[in-house]
Amino acid sequence: MKVALFIPCFIDAFYPEVGIATLELLERFGIEVDYPQEQTCCGQPMANSGAHGEAAGAEKVFARNFAGYDYIVGPSASCVHHVREHLDAIEQTDEVKKVRASAYELVEFLHDVVGAREFPWAEFPHRVGLHNSCSALRHLKEASISEVAGTPFSKPLTLLQGVKGIEFVKLARPDECCGFGGTFSVTEEPVSVRMGQDKVRDHLNAGAEYIVSGDMSCLMHQQGCAERMKADARFIHIAQVLNGARA
Amino acid sequence: MATREAFLAKVRAAQPQARQRPEVPLFASIGGDLRARFTTALGDMGGSCLQVAAAAEVLPLIRERFGVDASICSATPEVLGTRDLTADTPPASLQDVDVGVVRARFGVAETGSVWFSEQEYVVNALGYIVQHLVVLLDPAQLVDGLQDVYRRPDFQHARYAALVTGPSATADIEGVLIRGAQGVRSLSVVWLAPA
Amino acid sequence: MSGRIDHAKAAGAFIAKTEHVAFHDKRLWDLRQKRDAQAHNIPEWETLRELASGIKEHTLSHLSGYLEQFAAAAEANGVTVHWAASAEEHNELVYQLMSERGMTTLVKSKSMLTDECAMRDYLEPRGITVMETDLGERIQQLDHQDPSHMVVPAVHKLRGDVAQLFGRTIGTDPANSDIHYLAESQRMNTRPYFVRDKTAGMTGCNFAVAETGTVVVCTNEGNADLSANVPPLHIASIGIEKLIPKVADLGVFIRMLSRSALGSPITQYTSHFRAPRPGTEMHFILVDHGRSERLAMQDFWYSLKCIRCGACMNTCPVYRRSGGLSYGGTYSGPIGAIINPTFDLKRYSALPFASTLNGSCTNVCPVKINIHEQIYKWREVISERHEVPFVKQEVLKMAGRLLASPTLYRATVASMGGALRRLPNFVLYNPLNIWGRQRELPEAPKLTFHAWYRKNRGGGNGNT
Repeated sequence: MKVALFIPCFIDAFYPEVGIATLELLERFGIEVDYPQEQTCCGQPMANSGAHGEAAGAEKVFARNFAGYDYIVGPSASCVHHVREHLDAIEQTDEVKKVRASAYELVEFLHDVVGAREFPWAEFPHRVGLHNSCSALRHLKEASISEVAGTPFSKPLTLLQGVKGIEFVKLARPDECCGFGGTFSVTEEPVSVRMGQDKVRDHLNAGAEYIVSGDMSCLMHQQGCAERMKADARFIHIAQVLNGARA
Repeated sequence: MATREAFLAKVRAAQPQARQRPEVPLFASIGGDLRARFTTALGDMGGSCLQVAAAAEVLPLIRERFGVDASICSATPEVLGTRDLTADTPPASLQDVDVGVVRARFGVAETGSVWFSEQEYVVNALGYIVQHLVVLLDPAQLVDGLQDVYRRPDFQHARYAALVTGPSATADIEGVLIRGAQGVRSLSVVWLAPA
Repeated sequence: MSGRIDHAKAAGAFIAKTEHVAFHDKRLWDLRQKRDAQAHNIPEWETLRELASGIKEHTLSHLSGYLEQFAAAAEANGVTVHWAASAEEHNELVYQLMSERGMTTLVKSKSMLTDECAMRDYLEPRGITVMETDLGERIQQLDHQDPSHMVVPAVHKLRGDVAQLFGRTIGTDPANSDIHYLAESQRMNTRPYFVRDKTAGMTGCNFAVAETGTVVVCTNEGNADLSANVPPLHIASIGIEKLIPKVADLGVFIRMLSRSALGSPITQYTSHFRAPRPGTEMHFILVDHGRSERLAMQDFWYSLKCIRCGACMNTCPVYRRSGGLSYGGTYSGPIGAIINPTFDLKRYSALPFASTLNGSCTNVCPVKINIHEQIYKWREVISERHEVPFVKQEVLKMAGRLLASPTLYRATVASMGGALRRLPNFVLYNPLNIWGRQRELPEAPKLTFHAWYRKNRGGGNGNT
């Protein structure tokens, strides 16, 4: 299978270690991964601001870079969701449709396509608060949610249970939004921060040492709040944990 | 009328493409002990259930619960009130009545509700303007759930119909539950078949 | 209409009231959890949602026919039916009905529609005393504020606020904030109005049944039943979207309404008004006021399915921390964000951005309104009209061009090192200053992923 690595713009700029861990993790499963180097951004920041027309340029670059792959894997549920559901400012050619249908978030890909359950190289002997982003939960449906009845399931949890030593803490509000929300984090700063602080407090009250998530944007926001709160919590992306990071 | 025609024309022009009406199935009833389910449901809503051996016991029960001097207005033959009640009784005149007595046509196990129409109330305001309501309910007249209630023909003929579930309540201030908002302060169901 | 509602600023002021916001958030989250418990206990819950949505969409797509059926049935029952195209017509009708009959007091139960029509502001200067009989609405009436929540209108207030307010307005002891005392005081203060002379009663309408011409009203306080059954005139204000076809359909909606709103199986009172009491009058006022305009909006007419349960508000993490008044209109929270722009796009242009698009509102809506998707679509409309509150169109254009050019983009990102400050200004103000008010900024890494890859894995994958 032809697999391409999609590195969201803010991960490229601020959290390259997440991109590196993603690449290495996929390679551990024997997957040959291409990294199209002309990629820029999926267009989500423009589209979420309502400027769909302005997103067209970025979307065109995306479609061009990722044409011809069986799977496009990226460590960000919100970006992958945008590609699957909203990459529509450009003409919907067969090629574009295939790109959209081939986009996978890392956890989805490992869980559903690779069928990965064991991570023998990994060990993370810490108390972990697992944060699933709203994109991962409600848009990509990677885990059950408390407002909808059904058999509980969680793809991120299933993967992390293959890592030695992890202890999961129980949150009071495990699937409430943390308040990042893209430009919301700036345009609605008071509410965004309050939500982030509440989320950090929930993790701390539950005894979490590390907060782990598949979405670096949520972690960036929560970490920003936690550091200003002088809260003793650490933040790490699920790719890094699954790839063997010890801390 | 010009207003009505223009009004409807505007709506008609705005309507989206026709959608079919879905078939509403009858879902599996919970069944079981309807009386026990009703009692629990009503308790959750702040009402209570009482048992008497005979109709003659109801009035003494009321006197015991609400005081020997309580004024009573009854819409039922089983209980003799201290106040007359006919269809011509002005609703406002009931404002100083302590206890109203009325027979429900049926009860609902799913919710602990009882059903009245103007026929049961005689004067509709009786159910709301008095301080306490005592409801006679025949245990044989229990319906399983709301889906069954709304398939009954009673709604076609009643000028006014009410599903009443426990006493009046509000939690508008800090979520603290208050019984006796604008309506009755208490609602007691007395299991009693009609004569 | 005045200027744009600044939701963020108003929300910030509410959040600064730490006791209020903590209580508000906890109280509404508790309602959300109670709703979950009810919904999870009914195996057919998701099917009921599908049915409720289907019945509403069917009805709305045949609305004129159902309105005619409803009016015909009501008139055959001895009810007088009126047609108010606008809020003004509604208010004029109410005034006319009352003044023709020499009535000077109106006792009413809760009706969002009458708030929407600003009915009290019309009637009171004309000598009509309006008594809001619902405790929450009464609190807000006395405080000259909109309701902040559809079901619990004063949820943003603490007992001390109510004590002060009642002390100022209805003569209670302002130092006594015992809630039983406050509620009892309102009961005693309100009660005389139901039995007053020259009084009319008004209710809203939760559901209008076309088959029988019945108006269904759901309350917990019993105030609708008092308002309708004591005075000699009962006026029901009905938004046209309240129509449902048959009595049997109530078996779907009544099962869902209170469970969604408060997590209780049913409201204390579910009242069905079909015909007037002998010797009295019943009047129905059907109101459009922008609903037919909304019905014609291809993307947005689904908001007309709303049954006013407030579940979207209870689940919304933004609403719980903002308070309903920060939305600046009759409707707030997620449903407010998609309804209010139809009344005034510019005034309410910030509301669709007061959302993280998390989507839980859509999941709890009993009639399956795709709320978060409509919020997303409204952003596009607002952007097309150049009314995005926080960013100029030119800036978005620039950002779009940057992200569309790999070379330009790389050049900007490569200089990230100390250049966090040189991020393109996506917003009117420097986003980093805003971010940095209460949060630390992420550190800029030595190498971007792109640079790391080129260094460690080579320059190509077939491209250069």
